[in-house]
Amino acid sequence: MLDFYDVIIIGGGVVGYMTARFLSRYKLDILLIEKEEDIGSVTSAANTALVHPGYDPVPGSLKAILNVAANPMWTQLAEELQFSFERCGDYVVAVGEEELPKLDELFKRGKQNGVQGMHRISGDEMRKREPLINPGTSGALYAETGGMCDPFGVTIAAAENAVMNGATILRNTAFEDFIIENNRIKGIRTNRGEFRCRWAVNAAGLYSDRVMHRAGVRPDFEITPRKGEYLVLDRAEFELKSVYFPVPTEISKGILATATVHGNTILGPTSNELEDKKDKSNTAGGLEEVFEGGKKLIPALDVRHVIAIFAGLRAAGNAPCQAPGVDYNHDFIVEIPDEVGGFVNLGGIESPGLTSSPAIARMVVDLLKDAGKKLEEKKDWKPVRPARPRFRDLGREERLALIDKDPRYGRIVCRCETVTEGEIIAELNSPVPPTSYDGIKRRTWLGTGRCQGGFDMPRMTEIMARELDTAETGVSKKGSGSELLMRRTKDVPEAQDE
Amino acid sequence: MNPTRNASGDLPREIICVACPKGCRLEAVRENGQILVTKEGCKRGIQYAVREIEDPRRMVASTVRVSGAMHPLVPVYTEEPFPKVLIPKLLKKLQEVRLDAPVQMGQVVIRDALDTGINVVASRNLN
Amino acid sequence: MNKRRCDVAVIGSGPGGLAAAIAAKKNGAEDVVIIERDFEPGGILVQCIHNGFGVEIFQEDLPGPSYAQRFIEEARGLGVEMMLDTMVLEAEPNRRLFTTSKGGGIQEIEVGAVVLAMGCRERTRAQIRLPGTRPAGVYTAGTAQRWVNVEGFMPGKRFVILGSGDIGMIMARRLTFEGAKVERVLEILPHISGLMRNYVQCLQDFDIPLQLQHTVTRILGRDRVEAVETAAVDENWRVVPGSQEVIPCDTLLLSVGLIPENELSRQSGVKIDAVTGGPIVDDTFQTNVPGYFAAGNVVHVYDLVDWVTEAGFRAGKSAADYALGKRGKPGHMTAVRAGENVRYAVPHRIDPSSLAMEEIPIQMRVIRPIEAPIMIEALVNESVIARRGQQYARPGEMVTLPLKPDLTDALQKADTITVRVRQQ
Repeated sequence: MLDFYDVIIIGGGVVGYMTARFLSRYKLDILLIEKEEDIGSVTSAANTALVHPGYDPVPGSLKAILNVAANPMWTQLAEELQFSFERCGDYVVAVGEEELPKLDELFKRGKQNGVQGMHRISGDEMRKREPLINPGTSGALYAETGGMCDPFGVTIAAAENAVMNGATILRNTAFEDFIIENNRIKGIRTNRGEFRCRWAVNAAGLYSDRVMHRAGVRPDFEITPRKGEYLVLDRAEFELKSVYFPVPTEISKGILATATVHGNTILGPTSNELEDKKDKSNTAGGLEEVFEGGKKLIPALDVRHVIAIFAGLRAAGNAPCQAPGVDYNHDFIVEIPDEVGGFVNLGGIESPGLTSSPAIARMVVDLLKDAGKKLEEKKDWKPVRPARPRFRDLGREERLALIDKDPRYGRIVCRCETVTEGEIIAELNSPVPPTSYDGIKRRTWLGTGRCQGGFDMPRMTEIMARELDTAETGVSKKGSGSELLMRRTKDVPEAQDE
Repeated sequence: MNPTRNASGDLPREIICVACPKGCRLEAVRENGQILVTKEGCKRGIQYAVREIEDPRRMVASTVRVSGAMHPLVPVYTEEPFPKVLIPKLLKKLQEVRLDAPVQMGQVVIRDALDTGINVVASRNLN
Repeated sequence: MNKRRCDVAVIGSGPGGLAAAIAAKKNGAEDVVIIERDFEPGGILVQCIHNGFGVEIFQEDLPGPSYAQRFIEEARGLGVEMMLDTMVLEAEPNRRLFTTSKGGGIQEIEVGAVVLAMGCRERTRAQIRLPGTRPAGVYTAGTAQRWVNVEGFMPGKRFVILGSGDIGMIMARRLTFEGAKVERVLEILPHISGLMRNYVQCLQDFDIPLQLQHTVTRILGRDRVEAVETAAVDENWRVVPGSQEVIPCDTLLLSVGLIPENELSRQSGVKIDAVTGGPIVDDTFQTNVPGYFAAGNVVHVYDLVDWVTEAGFRAGKSAADYALGKRGKPGHMTAVRAGENVRYAVPHRIDPSSLAMEEIPIQMRVIRPIEAPIMIEALVNESVIARRGQQYARPGEMVTLPLKPDLTDALQKADTITVRVRQQ
């Protein structure tokens, strides 16, 4: 860890890490600070996991431009960073004749945005492709370039690649203020000390408004957290073939029913504006809304097949689109502002934020170049980040080879998702290792299955205590304050009444 | 309906009988030094209710610490139903037990616990 | 990769699996293997340290581990092989299994007959779609039981328990014994789900309040559970407005049902009954896949372990017969149908020629409790061919109607036998 960095990135979601990864190609000392105990654990860990074609954003907006620019980048990115990605295409499904005009609108918008590979298909064709789709489907818009990924997998892969190429990541490190001299950002203050830099990048997601205000930039900009609730359905019961959107409403893309790279089906998200930037709770009303929304597309859904519930928060901003003549007030901010020097400002990165992340990262590089920052490419830049083996995805011979190398790959810890002890230990020794149960869960998919950790938790507390060299009572779900166990059975606290 | 005190000043008590799984609700009260069971009850039920008032007992199962074994605890239990009123004291005693591996099923862990004549024994082998 | 053969492979070493392995050996199978994912045999009995086991089979009131040890010793004594710390990765319809373990790597086993005895997993918070935050401190009662009794850790200090199933009530007592405070037990139904004996000895004895027709409506607390919001519900499980209460606590235990663990079964092509969650079986506990048998909680949730053992014996013997080629050709099978007030009945099919040789018990659970003398009846074409009276019937207690060999003829002529439970 240095005191002085070329670039400090504030915020560790997919945008921050993708930016770090793209910047790591150049001879720069890069630091990324993250206030949570693990990377990508807020918005990036809880979303619909889609790579959008780009027919949805308002034409001319930065969202539209970056979405469409980013979409084709995913193929190479997935090969290099080796995260789960499937370009399966996506569908907007019209139910009933009255919804068909909406498909026309989207098709037109897509064309305006430069989206390739869009097709109008009939209700019959839709039913052929997805037998479970609502029989009342009147037609659909099929976009070849759509896809799905493992969003946390993308984030960790980008982070590891950045680290492989020399970047530093500090977790549990919260931004407090900028150090500004002569109207230029010279450093940042955090809860763990001061760090100097030439450039600071605001990638703070839900808190990007507070960060930019500290730099005196855009005092009117405000992030309103928008909560989205989700239900996950058991892949053993049925699997959808692709990604299905309803026709969109004014506020959001609506409640989807989509396959995932895990094989499960997700329903969601809802869209509820909040005041509390930390409220990720599920609500009775929200969960019901999710299920009803899903049923509109897939009537055969059975609520008994739900195996998981979660909620994510979107960083919805109120920035007006900068392009002339475009009437839109919730655009991305990707800029080098005039108000203060040494600052790259990213804000309001909600959907299509995940999709756009590689284009945003590339744009940050371009902005820095345009601002005169010298960017010299590293001759030994390593674009490929080798993924660690997933036992469940391997064939018999590969599994045997793995166990031969390390017998701990022979011991299954999570039965529902077939996750082995070897994989857990590999993660604990990875470049950006997990320090909590949820951290391992996000990396390996352990505990995400039918029993939701019922079987694996006692095994995990033992393994984590051993590998992290801590007491079992020190093993946490998601950082300090969320320890799983409170004491040993026989260690009774002093004050005991009769 | 409020229960009324009898001549001895005792209130009738509702007891759920668990002599068999049916779980009948009985009512029992101490009168003139005797225990009367009213409100239904078969023969086993009456026996159970009388015992519940005079000398309630329970099988007690818990764990004790063991060192050098595969697990840090070994399960133990009372060989016979134990006086309910002494259970808190028994649990305290079990807190203090420290065994060493190997443990045998049936091994006496506390002999004649609290002078009841009842042993606490290990439920299983543990190496 | 290690390849081997065996006559009978039993998946799971809980009471069902142990009994099946023992019976398989006793009935002529030579090479009998139990595959167990834990380090030691016993299955769920390892953590069930309370008494109540063996009352029927041994006329003794034993704790779970003692009950298990009897069968473990008998199995070992008979030469049953145990593959411990081993998970079955794949179970093919042709009875080829692939197992994995740290010590043994991946092994391929060709099996004469398989007995599925994987037991149950617990219903989760997500499956009941319980709203609120997702902090540390939300556990199923069985996971907590494992920690408290085996690994030796208390997952909390102040507990609220949702569900009056036996596991929840037993944990209420267990946690109190170990110095924790159980604030409340809540049950959504108007009656307890488990045994009355447990209500008396686990809740009443310790003045732990039980609220029927109540549920948890929300979990509160960001990093750790800080409280639960509860409410009263009506008979349709709808919240009664204004009945909400917030109970401070640091742990919520869920005891809201067991679900037979049939992932492997599905892999092997075994058909599952949507009501029981377990394989469709005949009176020999064979599934629809020849050579695949199932016994114990993996078939349906039993109430007494003694009956699991009995089922295991039956399945094990049948598996041995199959492996040794002694199983007769299937003839006419009579379907068993759940009639009035019966949620499900097992076995799903009966071979009348089996009935000729021995009694076959039909095991069922009622939908609605009847706290008055009832009659369990079996009907063929509207006529009652067997009946049995009982003092009452409750969903929490399995109901059994034995079919006696003298009914063989009646069954031979019948396509379906319907069972029902009515008030007398």
